[in-house]
Amino acid sequence: MNLLAAEGLTVRLGAATVLAGVDFRIAPGEIVTIVGPNGSGKSTLLRALLGILRPIAGRVLRRAGLRIGYVPQRLAIDPGLPLTVARFLSLPRRQPAGRIAAALARSGIAGLGGRQMAGLSGGQFQRALLARALLETPELLVLDEPTQGLDQPGQADFYRLVEDLRRDLGCAVLMVSHDLHVVMAASDRVVCLNGHVCCEGTPSVVAAAPAYRALFGTGTGGALALYRHVHDHRHDHARDGDGDRHHHAGEA
Amino acid sequence: MMVEGFVLRAGLAGLALVLAAGPLGCFVVWRRMAYFGDATAHAAILGVALALAFDLSLYAGTLAVALAMAATVSTLAGRGWAMDTTLGVLAHSALAFGLVAVSFLPGVRVDLAAYLFGDILAVRWSDLAAIAAGTGGVAALIAWRWSALLTATLSEDLAHAAGIAPARERMALTVALAVVVAVAIKVVGALLIAAMLIVPAAAARAFARSPEAMAAAAVAIGAAAVAAGLAASLALDTPAGPSIVAAAALLFALSVALQPLLGRG
Repeated sequence: MNLLAAEGLTVRLGAATVLAGVDFRIAPGEIVTIVGPNGSGKSTLLRALLGILRPIAGRVLRRAGLRIGYVPQRLAIDPGLPLTVARFLSLPRRQPAGRIAAALARSGIAGLGGRQMAGLSGGQFQRALLARALLETPELLVLDEPTQGLDQPGQADFYRLVEDLRRDLGCAVLMVSHDLHVVMAASDRVVCLNGHVCCEGTPSVVAAAPAYRALFGTGTGGALALYRHVHDHRHDHARDGDGDRHHHAGEA
Repeated sequence: MMVEGFVLRAGLAGLALVLAAGPLGCFVVWRRMAYFGDATAHAAILGVALALAFDLSLYAGTLAVALAMAATVSTLAGRGWAMDTTLGVLAHSALAFGLVAVSFLPGVRVDLAAYLFGDILAVRWSDLAAIAAGTGGVAALIAWRWSALLTATLSEDLAHAAGIAPARERMALTVALAVVVAVAIKVVGALLIAAMLIVPAAAARAFARSPEAMAAAAVAIGAAAVAAGLAASLALDTPAGPSIVAAAALLFALSVALQPLLGRG
């Protein structure tokens, strides 16, 4: 039984049809990553799946009572808004202090509850967003480009944390990313999107698929291998790869 | 010391205004709606012209036009228009059309300055009742929607995912803004309403580590500005509305000067 599924989803933003006939599903405990070039409709698909955007055709099927933890793509907090991390976690519903402390610890920012959101580093900020998504023990964690603005070691750390959370909490994870080389290896299934689903499957299947290579070129295959190496050894060689860096610069 | 009736009414009207303008002004600052406030307030002059022309209540006329303007701006913003220029055009045109419309009114000698800068010392008990009802309603609305408003201010997507409709919260703020503009026109006038929204809230930032504290501090700073402005107006025979705003501006300057000492939460 899927947690969340979509059938023939077509979404229009203004005059442009951003998604056409997209089918999607995610099962309990699965990590699914949506990849695609800029403007391919990745965030639009997430927002349609979450019910933020209404499709003009097709439908979204959500298991009854599904608890979703959502980490949005960008959150620009005006510096004129004083907000501690703990207060942020209590929006919109007040949360007990113990639960807030546990969520912060789980996200790797234990003890930062009293800090102002505006004073956090990029990595801490993303973890604060993640902690908020974890509060209501989600069955599905939805992350929209969660490592934007982080350096490569920071990205690798963040995805490692997501994998740990999946293992510990048993939640499914749905991510959108264009950090292909890092994120794909952490996924059970990759959906390559460009207005429609180009290809999908395990990371190695997608990386070898002609449709994927047509969109992203072949350099990513090597980067993927490199990441696996990094991941297995829990070291920080990610910065060594030249092709890797090229690729990332091109994507950013 | 005897307090003259008109001074008491002026003070109470000012306090009633800042009770709503403080928290609402915080949202105006957090959501960067400063120009939005200007456009709505300037449209109120058109409302004054309509009220006088059709012999309506001043509050009904300004409320109707302010609501129409606020809804227009809100809709345009929702469609992703480049708001800076659009708001500039709307704000100033609304003011110009309002002034032209007032000049057309036959046989009515209109004291324009009273509507542009307010005449808080002329507030009657009936005005005070209307002002208190309006600002009390706005304060209650903001208190009721507080968490949802804050969440929608941080991120509309986040709000949506938490089961909050951001459009409804935006509408609540739009209505609140129109009501405050309508009742504040007697107190500080169409040109200075936006100042009473923004200046106390901006000054409050230095003293606050939480959104709630900032809203409370904005009310306190606004109240101090009303008291100081009225006192100055009586002692120095300066116009009351501008004196109140000037006092708020001085408090803002003081907060900026104190900021390094307070360590900006």
